[in-house]
Amino acid sequence: MSFDASRRRFLVVGAGAAGALLVGWRAQAQDGLPYLGARFQAQQLTDFVRIEADGTVVIGARGCEVGQGVKTDLPMLIAEELDADWSRVRVEQLPYGYIETNSGETDSGPGNRYGNQGAGGDGGPAAWKQQRQAGAVARWLLVQAAAQQWNLDATTLGTEAGFVIAADGRKLAYGELAASAATLDAPANPPPLKDPSQFRIIGKPARSVDAREVVLGRTEYGIDSYLGNALVAVIVRCPYPGGTLDTLDDTQARQVTGVHRTIVLPGPKPDAPFDGVLATGVAVLADDTWSALRGRDKLKVAWKPDPAWAKDSSAALEAKANALLDDDASATVVRNDGDFAKARKQAQPRTLSARYQLPFLAHVTAEPPSATMTVTKDKVVLIAGLHDPAGASHLLHAITGVPREAIDIRLPRAGGDLGRRLHNDFIAEAALVAKEAGKPVKLVWLREDDLQHDFYRPFGVHELTATLDRKQHLTGWSHRVAATPRNWRDSRLAGKPIFAGLLDADAFPAGLLPNLQQLFHALPCGLPRGELRGGADAFQAFATQCFLDEIAVATHQDPVVLRMDLLGAPRMLRPGFDTGRLAGVLRIAAGKIDWQHKPKNGHGLGIACHAGNGAYAAHAFEVSVSGNDLVIHRAVCAVDAGRTLNPLNLEAQAANTTLAAVSAALHEAITLKNGQVQQRNFPDYPLLRMGQSPHSVEVYSVDTGADPASMDDIVAASAAPALANAVYAATTVRVRKLPLLPELLRLL
Amino acid sequence: MPDNPFRRTEPKPVPPIAASASEKTVPLTINGKSFFHNGDPDMPLLWYLRDVLRLTGAKYGCGIGACGACTVLVDGKAEHACMLPVKGLAHRDIVTIEGLAGKDALHALQEAWIAEDAIGCGYCQPGQIMAAAALLKLKPHPDDADIDALTNLCRCGTYPRIRAAIARAANAPGEAKK
Repeated sequence: MSFDASRRRFLVVGAGAAGALLVGWRAQAQDGLPYLGARFQAQQLTDFVRIEADGTVVIGARGCEVGQGVKTDLPMLIAEELDADWSRVRVEQLPYGYIETNSGETDSGPGNRYGNQGAGGDGGPAAWKQQRQAGAVARWLLVQAAAQQWNLDATTLGTEAGFVIAADGRKLAYGELAASAATLDAPANPPPLKDPSQFRIIGKPARSVDAREVVLGRTEYGIDSYLGNALVAVIVRCPYPGGTLDTLDDTQARQVTGVHRTIVLPGPKPDAPFDGVLATGVAVLADDTWSALRGRDKLKVAWKPDPAWAKDSSAALEAKANALLDDDASATVVRNDGDFAKARKQAQPRTLSARYQLPFLAHVTAEPPSATMTVTKDKVVLIAGLHDPAGASHLLHAITGVPREAIDIRLPRAGGDLGRRLHNDFIAEAALVAKEAGKPVKLVWLREDDLQHDFYRPFGVHELTATLDRKQHLTGWSHRVAATPRNWRDSRLAGKPIFAGLLDADAFPAGLLPNLQQLFHALPCGLPRGELRGGADAFQAFATQCFLDEIAVATHQDPVVLRMDLLGAPRMLRPGFDTGRLAGVLRIAAGKIDWQHKPKNGHGLGIACHAGNGAYAAHAFEVSVSGNDLVIHRAVCAVDAGRTLNPLNLEAQAANTTLAAVSAALHEAITLKNGQVQQRNFPDYPLLRMGQSPHSVEVYSVDTGADPASMDDIVAASAAPALANAVYAATTVRVRKLPLLPELLRLL
Repeated sequence: MPDNPFRRTEPKPVPPIAASASEKTVPLTINGKSFFHNGDPDMPLLWYLRDVLRLTGAKYGCGIGACGACTVLVDGKAEHACMLPVKGLAHRDIVTIEGLAGKDALHALQEAWIAEDAIGCGYCQPGQIMAAAALLKLKPHPDDADIDALTNLCRCGTYPRIRAAIARAANAPGEAKK
């Protein structure tokens, strides 16, 4: 039975200890074991579903849990088709499941025993089908076992909440059937999946399966792991991007009680594609963290900047970006519909133009990067909060030479991600240190390391220009950007266009106006860049959605009506973009914030919307400014991300993403001076606090039953412009430069 | 013992000191148990809890008392464990997240955190709960301004659910007396 033949994974059934039923995936084996209908010893199976004799259902969670809820949500899919009693389900995190296959292996494909184990992009239709099939097979087996026991036709039997039920009302608990079900062969064809109208678990609110452990302080994050007598390593890294070690004197550091030794880590090769260690550094290894920190303080180290970037500064980047936008000769054309130049000529003087500036942003995950690792000549064990365990597996193989099947990667809950963990640079560091030390090592990043050595959301300046006809209708749209490209020496991004991750040719309002151009100017900079939640969506939508508000004000139109007119009749503009669904969330946000009744007490309302990849979001805020404080009285988020798996988690993700976007918009910026990042810790890089947060984020989700879509980037995109638009409504001050709060106070 | 990296080393109280006691020994009371620290007296409580006792509920977040991830109770008051050298804690009553729950039941705040699903990535939540516990000791029925004044950072943005959880715990039956 090959339910997933394209990925060469097969569902298998087996008997566990004490009469347990196991159902799991097993990739096609190279050792010649048959897989069709075969049974394996429990230890040969890494199981997705285990039903124990006492009725306990254990479901394996395959994805990296970084706070997005995947450890709760994906097991719900299995439990649904299994007809398990969710309150009796226990979820266990699966390790990274590398398995050797005959076929060409990819990061997300058959190289993983359990399918895609990454932290992102795992809520889509493929995951839904794979996970539900595992549950459906287990249920099918239990029904067959009950049919044999009762001597009844299996098709007359039903299941509910952990029981097989006969037409006459007789019941058998799953636990009682597990042992006999485990002796049966798996079905020759995939059992049918439920019709959504039959769902009992999907669509119902479920709390985080880790909640109890979290509130007891018992959850072990990567930074909480202790492997044998692992030494603690901290690293001083070169503060200049691409810089090198000049001089090092570690004499005093090595004299600190508890310090064992230091290890010099070479940085990436100049100008070579980036893969691995981010910066040159000196590691201090000690018995405990405190000794390592004291040793680090005693290091005498001097660095040489890379001459190319030694004078980098935010002021120079800003000047250069604005200069680039004055001349389009060297720009890359991202999109060119109709003839914008002609529209502009015809529209004179009915054109509007504005520039918006977005700073570098850091991820600042709650749990800084850390990795606990042991490296011997034939075995690697890694415990760390990851996003891309397959990438880590490749990297560890490259660094240590240990075969990938002997690289054991455990996936503890991670303290946040936001895209930081897409990179495994801290894994590479830990591997080099552990290999050199010949002992288990726990690498700990300090917050200072985290802020100074990140893959930052790029810096950029946008210029938007709109042309209007005599009736104030939009006729043309130009979106020009000068930014530091995301593709900073990253070999994985090498094939992508220079504007990828910053400008999306299909983003709203593309396709809705006859004349539309998008141009991109690359701004050289030595600071590492990468992906941060929101991506191109947030980078672009801030300018687009603020500019729409400016157009509405300048032409005396209602900002909601202006957007609705642009969207026009409900239709599929292109795959993943239904104008009716975007209008739908915009209408909800406007209705819930009471858009028609503008507050008159100094409060202002602002709204914005965004769409992409099948997800739609709109935000509306009510704010006021008093003294140096911006008060967010209300925050409304309307979201349509297809079928809702777990409404409680959807609400959390929408609210959290909204507030993280608000935090970034209000406060956050990384700046450069003399080639170095200026921010060191939270006092320089303030995050949103309780007292600045709205008391609630009112989330309204539309469940159209459409295919589930990933919504985080889209929700992140519409929050910041809606907030800036609300600030304008409250103050008549247009903030075009983030972070918003310092800029607002400067302008007021 | 099989090599199971997830197996937690149970913190074991060091036997009461007698002849081995040196001037540097610091007697500590943590979650009602006695410990004696013989290492560097300047070691911050955070690293003693984590690296020595393997009580990892208090988290490292910034090391400068700015984020609250390491919040513990010292004599009932919320303190940043990363800022407290062990030498100043002799005979003080220290409670960490691991010691907050009663023998048979969770603390009302822990129950409320679960009920409101105030989790996110979860990393800051032990510190959030300890800060809220100190607040409830001081003021069993805090108002919005009291909650606004909490300075613990949450990168995920779970503030609304934390606020709801504190309100839930404050209104739980029998909580006002604690």
